[in-house]
Formats: sequence, structure tokens, C-alpha cells
Amino acid sequence: MATLTYRDALNEALREEMARDPDVFMMGEEVAQYDGAYKVSKGLLEEFGDMRMVDSPISELGFTGLCVGAAMAGLRPVVEFMTFNFAFLAIDQVINSAAKMHYMSEGQFPMPLVFRGPTGAALQLSAQHSQACETYYSHAPGCKVVTPATPADAKGLLKASIRDEDPVAFMEGELLYNLKGEVPEDDDFIIPLGVADLKHEGGDVSIITHGKMVHVALQAAGNLEKDGIHADVLDLRTIRPLDMDAILATVAKTNRVVYLEEGWPYAGTGAQIVSMIQEEAFDHLDAPILRVTQADIPMPYAKNLENLAKPNADRVVAACLKVLYR
Amino acid sequence: MAETKIKSKKKSTKKIDVFKEHGVSPKLALDMIRNMLLYRRFEEKVEEAYAIGKIGGFCHLHIGQEGACVGSIKPLRDDDYVMSAYREHTQAIAKGVEPNAVMAELYGRADGASGGKGGSMHIFNAATRFMGGHGIVGGQVPLATGIAWKIKYRKEDSVVIVYMGDAAVNQGAFHEALNMAAVWELPAIYVVENNGYGMGTAFSRVSKTDMASKAVPHGIPSSSVDGQDVLATYAHFRDLAEEVRGGGGPRFVDLKTYRFRGHSMSDPVSGTYRPTAEVEKKKEENDPITILRDHLFVAGHMDQEGLEAMDAEARQISQGAADFAEASPLPDPSQLYANVWAEINANGRLFFDGRGEE
Repeated sequence: MATLTYRDALNEALREEMARDPDVFMMGEEVAQYDGAYKVSKGLLEEFGDMRMVDSPISELGFTGLCVGAAMAGLRPVVEFMTFNFAFLAIDQVINSAAKMHYMSEGQFPMPLVFRGPTGAALQLSAQHSQACETYYSHAPGCKVVTPATPADAKGLLKASIRDEDPVAFMEGELLYNLKGEVPEDDDFIIPLGVADLKHEGGDVSIITHGKMVHVALQAAGNLEKDGIHADVLDLRTIRPLDMDAILATVAKTNRVVYLEEGWPYAGTGAQIVSMIQEEAFDHLDAPILRVTQADIPMPYAKNLENLAKPNADRVVAACLKVLYR
Repeated sequence: MAETKIKSKKKSTKKIDVFKEHGVSPKLALDMIRNMLLYRRFEEKVEEAYAIGKIGGFCHLHIGQEGACVGSIKPLRDDDYVMSAYREHTQAIAKGVEPNAVMAELYGRADGASGGKGGSMHIFNAATRFMGGHGIVGGQVPLATGIAWKIKYRKEDSVVIVYMGDAAVNQGAFHEALNMAAVWELPAIYVVENNGYGMGTAFSRVSKTDMASKAVPHGIPSSSVDGQDVLATYAHFRDLAEEVRGGGGPRFVDLKTYRFRGHSMSDPVSGTYRPTAEVEKKKEENDPITILRDHLFVAGHMDQEGLEAMDAEARQISQGAADFAEASPLPDPSQLYANVWAEINANGRLFFDGRGEE
């Protein structure tokens, strides 16, 4: 085990996969000479050269489409979006081209490519730079969605995503890049897609979440412990494929669920999970499922308003107490 | 929907060796008229099948644009790539896809090029490097640029031709892609099949500058050629393909043509946006098939009898394709969920409608 930041764990995953497979290349804004806007790709230009670490113009639609076409022709591109906020410009190529190509060509063109970058709010970046985007991608059949919360998950899941034969939206947390954690050193350390991880164990209530919110959930679970309430914190890790078995197991154990996510409530990931739990585990529920999400507003700039808009541990604790009828 | 008459009404008196001028052998020219006749008859068969409900959805015919198709694809090698928008039935055939597979796709049958899942706008064939069939105007232009990227990445010497309609040049995707192709000197030929109208909007109504100027800001050499003149088109693309193959970087071509039918099967031939007389005049004077036919007749490479024999063969292949499509089974219902994913992961759920993982 090595102690790595989330950033360096991603960097290791990229380095190892590029060394392993000459068809893997990375393209995006500032990824090569600048080492990446968040320094995730530091040093990779020197190691792999400018055909494999490619600085693109600021043309999200264009370079995303280019990488989708390169995948059609047999390469395995990794597209970096400086942030997923800018990926809205490219969503035609992600949904209409990448996610549908394999189906509408009846399997003639697999689309092994990864779209990666940070999503969600950071600090006072206001409306256009603070939003969680996973729902846009998980909505479309043909696109897998991965949201790592820890350095080990970041490395193991990125390696799995690069090796996957389908398009993967790999959504990182801007505020997680400096987070440190233990990461296995094995070159073949892989975390398969579709396996959730119980990050904290307790039998009273289940906090189900994904991505950066795992840390908020853990904080809430810690606070609940002080009151003698023991929470399961289930980190989905991947939203599609979705580890429904793990969800059903924690529901059966605690009978009370809070879904925590960084995005908006309407048709959010939580809405999907709630719907599935009521369909498949109705008899296990002792209380309605509650969701904690971002406020249903564009993100404001002012620090006090921003704090009011973001999900936080207090709101999660309150929701847990409510489903426990306390 | 009167079908095209191929009987010659007038004899040309001028005798210029246009074949020699364009470096096209008589044998190759005969092959070209054979191809164009097939594509005309094939699309007429499609039109007929659509009218009686055998083909559904959106359906865009290439009638009138056969010279542009044959002249630009014929010079390519098997390992070159072709990608297009949604008026692509005969471009697929020109790249080597079987007419039967194209027609079966239009009929939505299991033997279709895309298994019946793509339809008119999404014909794919990996084996012949026909890369679709794309339905969002301009969306295929970055994709083709990515294919060119792969050619450069793997140090191959093939080229990619990507077709688009004239309306596509007003999309951001077009300009973003051309900029990258120019900066990275990619082996792509960007071809506007300029039939003058983006659906029902004349190009001059939506662009202040002319077509040939569109690639200029990107530093890409630009040229125009008359797509109704298949010999000139062939010579033009033969030379371009070699320039690009030799590492010359991308090229842009304003391939001037005209469609003799509506934008799609759901609108009339002339409609409210162009006068019927304009269409009739183009059909009379600018039909790529009759233009080449007259050259062949004058040079004595073909006579009326030979033409009719060729036409009979084109009709036979088209009818055969329709018969094949009719006989092909519907896609098996078990295929509904097949190929959404290239990799079904060992863990986790990928379908959320309660049916996909049955």
C-alpha cells in the first residue's frame, strides 16, 4: 500500500494503462504541456509524447467527437473535460454518437472511451461552474457512469473504465484531488464496475450515496454515532452499472434509507434509487425514504448562500433522525 | 414520382475526348455509368417501397446526386474510410456494401446492414469501412476527424472522406473539426454535397459567404467541382486522395450537385422553396447519367442497346434487393436489448426497465 492523493492515484492509473496499451491516448484542454488544469496528467507528456497526450483547442464538441470517431476506428481515447460543466457543449457527441453507436450499428462499433473530469461544486464558483452532472449521463442507455470517492477507488475504477468496452463518464470531485488515502501498488489493481462499497457499517439506518458526498455521509455517520445511532454508508461507486444487490442488502438490514447526492432533486440519481427500492423492497421499509440534495436552485456565489444550497452532514443527520422517527 | 427516362433524345455534335482529358479509361467510364444507373434505379425502388409502406421513418433519396457519389468514392482504396450524413444509401453501396443489405436495412429486417436497428439514416458496415449513416447535421464531421486521427496515430496511409450537406457548414461541429484537422494535418477530405438547399432553405439565405470560402479561415485548401460531371469529379478526387495520402493534410471540396427529389420522402419535389421549373430544367440539363451517356455515345464506347442492357441489369439488382429485403425476417424480438452494451459487466445492473436483463 502507498499513501497517495486522489490526483496522484488518477495519474498512476493513466500512466499504467497508457504503458499497458498503446491504443490509449488522452486529449483535452491543457492536459499535456500544462500538466492538466488540476495536474492529474502531470508528467505524462514527457513519458508518452504528443500523439498520446494531446492539447486540444477549446472545442469540447469537436474534440469529444474526434475521440468518439477515434474509438470507432479502434483506439481507446481518454477525453478530459476540464470540468463537466463544459461538457454540455459536447453532449451531442456523448449521447447521440458514443452511447448509441454500438446499438445502431448492431454491434459493429464498440466505443471504448472514457470521458473524465471533475463534476460538482467546489468553492464559490457560482452557477455555471458548480453543478453535479451525473444524471445527464446515467439517463442514456449505452453510457456507463463512475463516481469514485477515494484515492483507491479513483485508481481502481479508472483502470477498469479504460479497459471497459463501452463509453464511461468518469466523474471526479474537484475538492477530492488533494484527499489522501491508501492505494494498492499492484499494476493490475482493478475495481470492477458495478460493485458498491460499504464505507461505514451500522444497523440502524442506511445512507446511500455516491462520489464526493460519501465524505459528507461519513461525517454524518460519525455524528450519529455520538447519539448511539449506527448508520450504514453505502457508496455506490458506479451509477451504471448499479449494484442493486448491495442496495437491497442494506435496506433489508436497516429498513430505513436516506439518499444523499450533490445534484438537484428532480429526476436525480436518488429519485431512481428510491423508485427501485419501493418496487423491489417495499416490505422492508419502515419509513418513507428521504433524499438530501442540493437546493433546487442554480448555485449562488455568496458564501453564506452557497452553504445553504449544498447538502451537508447536518441535513443528512436530520434526515436520518426523521426516518428513525426521532 | 415518374421514373427517370434514359432514352437519348439528342445527339451531341461536339467530339472532345473527355475520357482522355480526365484520365478515365472507357472501361472505367462504363463502370461508372453502370454504378450510376444502379444507384438511380435502387433509389427509385426505395421510393416505390416507401410509397407502399414497406419502408418507414425518415428517408432521404440521392436521386440526381449519383455523379457526386460515384466520382468521389470510386478513386478510393478498400482501406480508405467513408462516413456520411443521412442521405447515404448509395454511398454505402459505392463503398462496397451489398445493395441487398442496404435495402434490408431500409425495410427494417434482420439481414440489414445494421441488423434493422439503424434504418435509412444509420447504415453501417465495418468490413467495407463504411462508417455510417449519421442523423445530426454536422455531427459526423468531428467523428470522421477522429478516424483521420487514428490513421495518423497508427501511421497508416489510408484517407477518410466525410460527406455533409451544405447546411452542415453553419454548425459549430464543422468548424471545430476543420480547425483540428488543419492544426494536426489529418488525412481527411471534407466534402460538401452542395445541392443548394438545407432541407427547404437555400444556402444563400443562411450564409453571407460562398461555400468555397468556408474552409479558408482554417487554412485548408479548398476546391469546387461539378458533381453532375462524374468524369471531372473522379479526376478531382483521384488527385485529392493522393495529395492527402501523401501527407498533404486535409482538403475541403464544394461538390456541386442537385437533388431531383424532395429533402425527404415526406416533402414534395419542389415544394414552396424552389420552383418546379428549376427542378425540371436541372433534370433536363444536369442529370449526371445523361451527361456521361452522351459522352459515351459520342465517343462510340456505348450504344443505346448497351445502355438498355445495363439499365435492365440495374433494375434487376434493385428488384432483387427489394425481394431479398421482403424475404428477410424481421429482427428477432430477442435482439431488442442486444448490443446496447459492448460489455455486460459481471456486477451491477445495466438495464432499468425490468426487462433488459431477463
